[in-house]
Amino acid sequence: MSPLGVSVLSIGFIALICVAFAATLYRGEKGGSVIAALLAALTAITWFVAGRDGVDTLAIVAVVFVLAMVASYALRWLLIRLVPSTLATVFRSAPLTAMFGFIVIGVCLAMVIFAPFIAPFSESEIVSKAYAPPAATYWLGTDQLGRDIFSRIVFGARNSILLSLTATIAAFLLGTLAGLFAAIRGGVIDQTLGRLADVLMSIPALILALLLLSILGTNLVVLVGVVAAIYAPRIFRLTRSVAANVVVTDFVEASRIRGEGDWYLIRREILPNIAAPLIAEFGLQFCYVFLLIAGLSFLGLGIQPPTADWGSMVRENAVLISFGKITPLIPAMAIALLTVGVNFIVDWMLKLTAGLKERM
Amino acid sequence: MAPDDKRLLQIRDLRIEAMVGDTILEIVKGVDLDLDRGEVIGLIGESGAGKSTIGLAAMGFARYGTRISGGRITFDGQDLRTATEAQLRALRGARIAYVAQSAAASFNPAHKIIDQHVEAPVLHGYQSRSAAQDDGMKLYAKLRLPEPDVIGFRYPHQLSGGQLQRAMTAMAMACRPDLIIFDEPTTALDVTTQVEVLSAIRDIVEQFQTAAIYITHDLAVVAQMADRIKVLLKGEEVEEAPTAHILAHPKESYTRKLLAVRSYERPEKSRSSKTAQPELSIRGLDVAYRSGPKVLHDVSFDLHRGMTVAVVGESGSGKSTTARTIMGLLPATSGEIRLRGEILPWSFRERSKDQLRRIQMIYQSADTALNPRMRVSEIIGRPAKFYAGLEDRALHRRVEELLSLIELDPAKFYDRLPSELSGGQKQRVGIARALAADPEIVICDEVTSALDQIVAEGILRLLDRLQNEIGLTYMFITHDLATVRAVADEVVVMQRGRVTDSGARSKVFAPPHHPYTAQLLASEPKMDPKWLDTYKGRGSERPM
Repeated sequence: MSPLGVSVLSIGFIALICVAFAATLYRGEKGGSVIAALLAALTAITWFVAGRDGVDTLAIVAVVFVLAMVASYALRWLLIRLVPSTLATVFRSAPLTAMFGFIVIGVCLAMVIFAPFIAPFSESEIVSKAYAPPAATYWLGTDQLGRDIFSRIVFGARNSILLSLTATIAAFLLGTLAGLFAAIRGGVIDQTLGRLADVLMSIPALILALLLLSILGTNLVVLVGVVAAIYAPRIFRLTRSVAANVVVTDFVEASRIRGEGDWYLIRREILPNIAAPLIAEFGLQFCYVFLLIAGLSFLGLGIQPPTADWGSMVRENAVLISFGKITPLIPAMAIALLTVGVNFIVDWMLKLTAGLKERM
Repeated sequence: MAPDDKRLLQIRDLRIEAMVGDTILEIVKGVDLDLDRGEVIGLIGESGAGKSTIGLAAMGFARYGTRISGGRITFDGQDLRTATEAQLRALRGARIAYVAQSAAASFNPAHKIIDQHVEAPVLHGYQSRSAAQDDGMKLYAKLRLPEPDVIGFRYPHQLSGGQLQRAMTAMAMACRPDLIIFDEPTTALDVTTQVEVLSAIRDIVEQFQTAAIYITHDLAVVAQMADRIKVLLKGEEVEEAPTAHILAHPKESYTRKLLAVRSYERPEKSRSSKTAQPELSIRGLDVAYRSGPKVLHDVSFDLHRGMTVAVVGESGSGKSTTARTIMGLLPATSGEIRLRGEILPWSFRERSKDQLRRIQMIYQSADTALNPRMRVSEIIGRPAKFYAGLEDRALHRRVEELLSLIELDPAKFYDRLPSELSGGQKQRVGIARALAADPEIVICDEVTSALDQIVAEGILRLLDRLQNEIGLTYMFITHDLATVRAVADEVVVMQRGRVTDSGARSKVFAPPHHPYTAQLLASEPKMDPKWLDTYKGRGSERPM
């Protein structure tokens, strides 16, 4: 990007803010004018502190933001028209943030499924000299061994996302079932499971993971098992406490004295009534699991090289940060984006289920 | 019309709107209300009539999601609709006070009663803390609370429901307001407690010449309290007249319906033959909660086929405990329960599927007794599937049959969620769920006490019809004697975990009464404005 082109960008950005300010003033929209004025102030400060380059960055951020908004809006427009009318009303009230979440997850899914077709190179192929800057062939440059970073991000999505998804689901199966049994049976079972969860939770997650992984070795099955074991107690706790409130209700009692088994109680009477907090927890825990696996990979105990993975990619290129390059930040940003996207959707789902509750 | 300055409260053409989903509904449609100083007006109507909404509007307040959209509310010459929040705040608690239905839910459980009592007078600058505290104790004594000097230093959970309701009234009185709004203050109490609270409230209102708006759905209760009664239906006034007049000469058919509601009475059936084996026989039941004191002492009675046994008593008398023991939820320490002669195991876990099927229960609160995430079809269909093994088409037909039986249109209700049903409809679904098991005995635990009287009467008539059609045996737990009169063939009176009186309804309710039965009977409000006076007259002669 030539300096001249970018300065056009920043001048356009400033002009746009001025036009927006004038337009909102003219139409008497107070909120809009305040936002425009704040943006103008922010631009002025950036100019003062970081000069024209700073404003250019700001402009790029703004453009990306607007593009994301337009894409989210377009997706909602499409969904409303494509899905059957009952679902369309649900999407009509969906916030743009949720749509953004869908886009992020959609892109990630595409990378997971079509990785070999999207990526120009394989994840372990050395294609150039080390630390090559971004160019037409290597969109995001190359890493410390000369592997294409873009290709590694695409393949990394596969490993990172699938792994953390499996681990989260495993943790949920374990935690939810144990929590429900503890809540329904009470007594000795409740106490035993509860204290077991306490013991597991009393050891810091990362230390426990390091310990278990160095004892059991680092293959994928062990990794999933260990991460599930670390997160299951938290889910157990949540499930047990929300289920305990449902277990004492008259409708569960009515079911029990009908002679229903535990499995029916769990499946039909209790689970539907505690689904909302569990879904929210799933979104949250998925992010934590993702970060834990990324952290373990960063420490060298997670996914082993040369397999690509977002967490280990941050570590491998970490040295570049002292040279002011953003290369190690790209996989980090991918992690952040996915985390934010998942939580946007979870927020929306919570709002939907809370709305259902209000009607009760 | 110019506001009449002599009037304490004048409401003209009051309109209130509520947002329901995306639509705006008018829930109060142009109601007028006048109140002089020292006067008590009763607002009566079924739920959804707008009683509470009007009561709150008299304080210039609209609940979240509602708004006062029209009319004029003038309190002592001041227009409450144009008053600022600060002006309203100065009035509320000081000159207009509010007593809510559930005192237990309205007190903050983390603070002592007296600390909550003194808040209003101190904040409004009427009294110092210590003066307000002394005054509180005097009010407690006036309201006949036990140990008025120390009771205020207890926490809300240490008081009974009736005591809390009186403490709440004392709190409303703290600033000697001109107007108190009582929103169903005795609805949640049982009869004997209700009488105490009613007379305490009436005395204090008379003594301080406080004007009051008394909201209730029980005409007999409001007859004791109010000078005038205003009947409301769906946000509109039906009629208004002085109390004695409205009881003697109701003009509108709706008022007559309200008056007749307690008079539903079914002819008593007598046992076909005394020697017949009872459906369910309970002998010498002793029950204690884990290592606690005994809550049931030697409880014995029989349920005979096709008959209704009403178990009556105030809260804490052990009615529900008896039901829970029969259902197998609480083990007894001694005694036995026989179902058609065969001994039932204590725990429901040890009973056979067939034993479980034969005894079903209907709960007091249909709100918590139906799974909010299950559709009516599954709520009703599950027992039929579970016990009779019905599937697909047969199950569908059975559910539709049951819905018709409880007088709900299958086409409309088959796929509904409990949140899409009214209170009475929920209770009907609860009944259908019990029927779906094809039971012989149905235990009804206060099934009508959470409902309006008109709706409740519908439920009682339904239960009666079902009994005649299917030949069910009922055990009917209630604290309401009107209900007993309506449905019972035999009555079991319980007090503090013991059966004090039992036998055929006509025998138990006819003199000579057992002393406790007599007290229960006397506590029941009558449709007579003089009833409370006569009751009190007798009450003072006899220790309660």
